[in-house]
Amino acid sequence: MGNEPNNQNHEPDELKNKANGLESPLMEERRRAEEESSEVKLDKNVLREQLLPRGKAYRENLKQRKKRGAVWGRLYFAANVVAILALLALAYNIANSAFGYVIFENEVEPAALSSQPLEELDADGLGAILLENTAPRLRVIIRNRLSRVENSEYTSAPLSEVLRGRQFPDGADDLTINDLEDQDYINILKDNLSVRTLRGIVVDEVVQPEIVESWSLMDSIFNRGEIEARFQERQAQAEETNLSLEFYSWLRPEFITDSVASSPTEAGLRTALLGSMWVILVTFVFAFPVGVGAALYLEEYATGDNWFERIIETNIRNLAGVPSIIYGMLGLAVFVRALGFITSGEFLGITDSNGRTVVSAGLTLGLLILPVIIINGQEAIRAVPSSIRQASYGLGATKWQTIWRQILPASIPGILTGVILSMSRAVGETAPLIVVGASTFIGIDPNGPFSKFTVVPIQIYQWTARPEAEFRNIAAAAIIVLLILLVLLNGTAILLRNRFSKFKV
Amino acid sequence: MVENTRRLGKARSALAEKTQGRSLKKRTRWGEEVIRSMLLFCGIISVFTTIGIVVTLGSQSRLLFTQDSLLDSNHRVREAMTTDQNELVMSAGGLGIEAGDRIRIGQEVMRVESISEADEESGTKTLVVERGLEDTVIAEHSTGGDISLVQRVTIREFFGGTRWQPQIGQFGIWPLLNATLLISGIAMLVSVPIGLGTAIYVSEYASERVRGILKPILELLAGVPTVVYGYFALTFVTPLLRLLLGRDTVEIFNMASAGIVVGILIIPTISSISEDALHAVPDNLRQASYGLGATKYETATKVLVPAAFSGIVASFILGLSRAVGETMIVAIAAGAGPDFTFNPFVGAETITGHIVRISTGDISYQSVDYNSLFALGLTLFIITLILNIISGIVARRYREVYQ
Repeated sequence: MGNEPNNQNHEPDELKNKANGLESPLMEERRRAEEESSEVKLDKNVLREQLLPRGKAYRENLKQRKKRGAVWGRLYFAANVVAILALLALAYNIANSAFGYVIFENEVEPAALSSQPLEELDADGLGAILLENTAPRLRVIIRNRLSRVENSEYTSAPLSEVLRGRQFPDGADDLTINDLEDQDYINILKDNLSVRTLRGIVVDEVVQPEIVESWSLMDSIFNRGEIEARFQERQAQAEETNLSLEFYSWLRPEFITDSVASSPTEAGLRTALLGSMWVILVTFVFAFPVGVGAALYLEEYATGDNWFERIIETNIRNLAGVPSIIYGMLGLAVFVRALGFITSGEFLGITDSNGRTVVSAGLTLGLLILPVIIINGQEAIRAVPSSIRQASYGLGATKWQTIWRQILPASIPGILTGVILSMSRAVGETAPLIVVGASTFIGIDPNGPFSKFTVVPIQIYQWTARPEAEFRNIAAAAIIVLLILLVLLNGTAILLRNRFSKFKV
Repeated sequence: MVENTRRLGKARSALAEKTQGRSLKKRTRWGEEVIRSMLLFCGIISVFTTIGIVVTLGSQSRLLFTQDSLLDSNHRVREAMTTDQNELVMSAGGLGIEAGDRIRIGQEVMRVESISEADEESGTKTLVVERGLEDTVIAEHSTGGDISLVQRVTIREFFGGTRWQPQIGQFGIWPLLNATLLISGIAMLVSVPIGLGTAIYVSEYASERVRGILKPILELLAGVPTVVYGYFALTFVTPLLRLLLGRDTVEIFNMASAGIVVGILIIPTISSISEDALHAVPDNLRQASYGLGATKYETATKVLVPAAFSGIVASFILGLSRAVGETMIVAIAAGAGPDFTFNPFVGAETITGHIVRISTGDISYQSVDYNSLFALGLTLFIITLILNIISGIVARRYREVYQ
């Protein structure tokens, strides 16, 4: 380490002070002082006292210099503290919004629905409640949860299409959804959904909790009394006392499994999560082979004295500094418009999209992270000792045999680490995908490379941009999901680097 | 042993037989060549990316400056026009039309030669026009026909104008550029002292253990997605600023909050590159400085920082380039009106913020708006490219000195 010597700086201090003193014009004076004090103690402080020049101006100056050094040392330390505080504030801010007390107003009290609490009811009991309270809504519920076709075809298509692969009454293949009875709808729901989901439907459709007021986590912890007083006050004001005060976590299992909705308590992240996964998959399939290929070429084939290779090298360095939104514009012009025929899936007979698809987004992000993958890949390949190369050539292997059997296996942990790190960058990217044209509000899950999509960061952006405070809460919950995803990705990368890489990059 | 030697001899003669009459020169292996070219192609894709960026941004921007676009002037034809008339009475209100402007009614393009004062009663104006321009057919126009203004954005207007209002045909980049520069400036004010401070501390003051804790934390700051920073700016920094400085001074969407958070975002960029630069300074310089009796602070600021100066400056420039190109934080926290203002506590839109806002809506590929986005993108690309190149040149200089 370059800074080792300055860690124990007392000794050098002493030495340099001594050196200073010997050359000082005040030597005479000091010798006289030494003669005066007959006993010389070998105490460190006394020694320093005696060896340092005696001049008042010098002492003052030294004191000042040391003081200034101490002040600046603290300032440098403070810079770190500020950076850490910023990170803590960020974490605090997100946690603060993602949890806290909420006053709900229920349309119907759960206690009025059944003699047992909702949590203890089985599928039949929940089905009975649905049948009793929301019979006209049952078809819509099935459409939202189970339908396999576009909404426009929902009532006209045969059940074998609408509920493809789902459980539905025997012999009803050719019937449409409108031909069934209410009890059939209940059976379809019971057969296809878990009790937990059914309970969720009862809460959403029958109990219909609405948020009256919500508090942040800090308020919930430190101002509990005030919140309760406020709740009592509201309860006194309300004519029907259907209010309930709950400590609410905006991040709940349903939040991850539900699709988008216009109400903050019902909105979920599923569509965006699936969108992110599809986009990342395309990005990986494109960027991994191309990035590793380019890194191999530059490290193993390029001689370095060729103008063309130098251009490639410089170009990659410069591309790494281009703002991500520029890649979005490139994607819009090239993948969405110029190659629209391919990226919309039109060449495969898909007609309902316009080039603003998962493929376009994935390829755009692929181009964006390509420089990062190449640069990291080059470093990993460079770390393979050349003795391995020489040994392989010496045994008569060809260049490609050497690369494929020796260099790639030796460097793949390092390469993968770089790839995963750049993937985690791609997962968090927002701006280029907005420009490429992620859909703003889609309820249908993406089901292939040619479907419309939205991704988690864009969902966060949209929820943040909404004026209602409750959407900020679910944005915070979505941020937690995104950060967990990133931590998992980075954790994998670190694990790979530490456990499997033979040669340190 | 003897057995082995005999075997070796046999193998050798077999090989000699096999290769007899064949040239021992290096043969071309076609499989290897194919693989080589495939790998080369992978490398070339990155060159294509650059070419793609330059070509798409360039060609779409060119369209902005070479194509006419129509702008609804909100004026209407007040008195029916015959084919041989060259006076046009136009309704009051609407956009200002000046002599020399081109207008279009129906399919016909005309040039305004002169324009009268507004009529006192009705507010109508009479224009003298040259008809049938650009090979359009001279036609009759009935009362109530819409008058469109034919306009073309000039490069001079684009780089000199101080208003960006596409709906009235104003395409001056300065309001957007001003907000971009102002926010980047605030970001640099935050990140330069903190980034450099952490770099000096981590490289010169911190013990091995503290260093092992601080560096990952700084890296963590770099790993947070920008949309999360945007959320942080809007829901934490803005309320904090409003609390400290008063709700009347600080608007909900403001440049200061966005700038501060962009600053936090680029701290890791500055601190890690500066630290590398400080680390690359040879230890002799450090030791010599201590040997002359300098304190740790003096060594750090008077010896090491000047020695690593070009690397540190390179990190500042790179940080600035990131700040200029940063998008989501400004899109969320800085506001959505392209206003030309120097007050950091009000909202204004940056180049990137504007691109995002326009892209979020459904945008027609043939519109001026669409082309103007690419002109903005090109400007942004050139600014960041220049900054990156300067940073690279500056950084190379310090490498030459110490390696």
